[in-house]
Amino acid sequence: MPRKLHLSTTINGLPTEFLCEARQSLLEVLRDVLHLTGSKEGCNNGNCGACTVLLGGEPVLSCLVLAAEAEAAEITTIEGVACEARLHPIQQCFLQDAALQCGVCTPGFILSAKALLDRNPNPTEHEIRFQLANNLCRCTGYDKIVRAVQHAAKQAMASPEPGCIAGGSAK
Amino acid sequence: MTKPSQYKVIGTRPIRHDGVDKVTGRAVYGADVQLPGLVHGKMLRSSHAHARIKSIDTTSAEKLPGVFAVVTGADLPCLAGKMANLGEGAINLAHLSQNCLADTKVLYKGHAVAAVAAISPHVAEEAVKLIRVEYEPLPPVMELLAAMQPDAQLLHDDVFTNRLGEKSARPSNVSQHIHLEQGEVDQAFAKADLVIEREFRTASVHQGYIEPHVSIAFWNADGHVTIWTSTQGAFTVRQQTAELFEIPVSRITVIPTEIGGGFGGKIPVYLEPVAAALSRKCGRPVKMTMQRDEDFQGTGPTPGSVVRVKLGATQDGKLVAGQAWLAYDAGAFPGGMIGPGCMCVFSCYEIPNARVDGFDVLCNKPKTAAYRAPGATQAAFACESVIDELAEKLGIDPIDFRLKNAAKEGTRRPDGEVYRRIGIIETLQAVKQSEHYRSKTSGPNVGRGVAAGFWFNVGLKSSAAANVNNDGTVTLIEGSTDIGGTRTSVAMQLAETLGIAAEDVQPHVGDTDSVGYTDVTGGSRVTNATGKAAYQVGLDIKQQMAARAAIVFECKPEQVAVEGGVYRHQGQALTFKELAGKLPHIGEPVVGRATVDAGGATNGFGVHVVDLDVDRETGKVTILRYTAAQDVGTAIHPSYVEGQMQGGAVQGIGWALNEEYVFNERGEMLNASFLDYRMPTALDVPMIETMIVEVPNPEHPYGVRGVGETPIVPPPAALANAIYRATGVRMRELPMSPPKLWKAISRSAPPA
Repeated sequence: MPRKLHLSTTINGLPTEFLCEARQSLLEVLRDVLHLTGSKEGCNNGNCGACTVLLGGEPVLSCLVLAAEAEAAEITTIEGVACEARLHPIQQCFLQDAALQCGVCTPGFILSAKALLDRNPNPTEHEIRFQLANNLCRCTGYDKIVRAVQHAAKQAMASPEPGCIAGGSAK
Repeated sequence: MTKPSQYKVIGTRPIRHDGVDKVTGRAVYGADVQLPGLVHGKMLRSSHAHARIKSIDTTSAEKLPGVFAVVTGADLPCLAGKMANLGEGAINLAHLSQNCLADTKVLYKGHAVAAVAAISPHVAEEAVKLIRVEYEPLPPVMELLAAMQPDAQLLHDDVFTNRLGEKSARPSNVSQHIHLEQGEVDQAFAKADLVIEREFRTASVHQGYIEPHVSIAFWNADGHVTIWTSTQGAFTVRQQTAELFEIPVSRITVIPTEIGGGFGGKIPVYLEPVAAALSRKCGRPVKMTMQRDEDFQGTGPTPGSVVRVKLGATQDGKLVAGQAWLAYDAGAFPGGMIGPGCMCVFSCYEIPNARVDGFDVLCNKPKTAAYRAPGATQAAFACESVIDELAEKLGIDPIDFRLKNAAKEGTRRPDGEVYRRIGIIETLQAVKQSEHYRSKTSGPNVGRGVAAGFWFNVGLKSSAAANVNNDGTVTLIEGSTDIGGTRTSVAMQLAETLGIAAEDVQPHVGDTDSVGYTDVTGGSRVTNATGKAAYQVGLDIKQQMAARAAIVFECKPEQVAVEGGVYRHQGQALTFKELAGKLPHIGEPVVGRATVDAGGATNGFGVHVVDLDVDRETGKVTILRYTAAQDVGTAIHPSYVEGQMQGGAVQGIGWALNEEYVFNERGEMLNASFLDYRMPTALDVPMIETMIVEVPNPEHPYGVRGVGETPIVPPPAALANAIYRATGVRMRELPMSPPKLWKAISRSAPPA
């Protein structure tokens, strides 16, 4: 067995240390070592977006990131999107607008959408579709997902939520 | 477009009960199951599309540190000649077993040959590479029409052609020949003013669910097997696994996890028996997760097809005769989707004289599985394209042509089914009156196409039970795994029946030990059949609650009047909630139960309209506007009904424009990834407009017909018809991908 590496990261606002093998992806560590199973494996080769997490605020495909690369990184997973018990507006709009069916792609979509709205609070439909083209959904035909993101943007513009202090990032 | 106003819950849009878990990452899908002592399985898959297995040597793999067990086909019982009915007609169990683990032959590239359980997925992968298999390669049979030839290389020695119950003298790659006929077909064609006959081809396409197949099995030392799996039917997994190991069903518990999409592809077992065999050998729970290339190469795509449709009409646009010849590839084992293909080819129309011949054809591709209205889309692509051509040649608007010939109550289909009340006419009329259809298209390469589609929607068996809690809520346990929000559509029907809020029902999907037998989540049946069970559970609870109210009111149960969730007797009244609060003190607990056999087809019809633009330089199609209309009977939760219509339409668009299995001459799939197997992204499609048409199903207490499958059927034909209007080119082969469309356009109008 190869020697394991020791990594120190911040995940969802909490300092998190873990051991991993050099060959393990960030996705594998999140899911199997840290039991943060909200990030999903759909293809394990960077084509479906179900494993999208935010690394320093930027969306990345965690199946393509080696866990060993995550030293000192700030990572947000779906488990850290809601602020304590309060859902993020994107999560709330996904529910209200029925933007999920089977739900397995949903965490990835929410993180991609969050990255977009954090950067561009008032995106056009095309900008939303361009960003979300990184994520595959086979159930919804995307209509309700795009509308939910539009809705969340509108809502956030109308009443910006205060940021979370720790353990969440409902920015 | 009528809105049933008599309902309080039905037709509203509550937040789904499992929603918060799914937007916060808490929902437990198959791969999320963790167990103490869990080890990881990996499959060795065939590198040949067709070969005899001469020997398998697993000794080096077994010796690798961290490996706990290795299994091959020899670890599953020999089931030669054993047949079983697993809810989808009789199947040869030996074939099911051989598909899970090959025995003497591999029949497609990616066919499972052996499996390893080890301490980690990485170690299991290393061990798989140490297994030595000696193959004797055979010529792969990849082309449908070639596979049907009498001198074709055979896949199986024990498959004969079944034609109307008669078995052919010699083995054949054609496992079934279906023949349907009604009226005087040849005479009717002779009398027709216009006859058009065309041939169509479609490629194999995959269901493309985002969650790969995954299963965990634990074979306990007492002989009891527990399986956690992502499946469309816990009971069918139990049945299939029991048959494959020749053990009683009571020795297996199947715990269905959340499921990340199925579309028909998660009905057969692939991993469950292999994980169970590994667990039996090593005494630990074994988890097996497919990689995406395994999903493509090792699990059912839907059949590729060759379909010939001939239709005859009178000058005034009345269809008088139809003939269809359909060959669908079944993949490596018999039992493809030809039956429903034959049933659906002419299902939208009244064609008094019709003949249908269908062939189930073996070839060296993965065994096909159901995919959303299985078999119907290939048939509709052909029929709806010919219908469009007839309408055009006769100078009749394509919707009017369909209205003239639409099936209605009393229409007899070639397979003998006589329709009860159906809603294709209402759906066509809704489209005809729509703003989209009445609008004008503009632009030199822009065209509009329409097509209709049909799926029969099954009933089958469902069970449900519910406990009344003393806070006035009801806990519902149902047997239907929930792929797209059916917990809520079923719970809403119970809430409606009881006169309580949708939020006051807490629906749960039970495992095979905690809920009564329930057939698969498939056939667009859950909101219909399990909804019917929920309705009956509601009636049962109402009756019991009336009896408890009678104790409070000091009257006879039959003297209690129940209306809108309020129980009354002579000026006394208790709401459901108030009465539930008294349950600890009055009489027995209240538990409702129901089992249903929801019977026959509910018949769902859809009509789609698409406006698109063709780039003549590249052959790329851009969809400008899309409307899907469908008779759903009654929309229980309109948002999820729309979602089904939108999702089905976009899957159909993918099938039409891009998706296909690309094989080389050795039968190897060349595009087994989501990069190269090109499914639609958010950037490829516009908003999908929906028109919910409600012609209530008279057989269902709330009029439900089911919705999920029909919407995938019209898109390929609608797009082909639109491409014709845009370019003058009739595309008769799917996918109508840029290179194919560009070639066709170039041929029709060579550059000057």
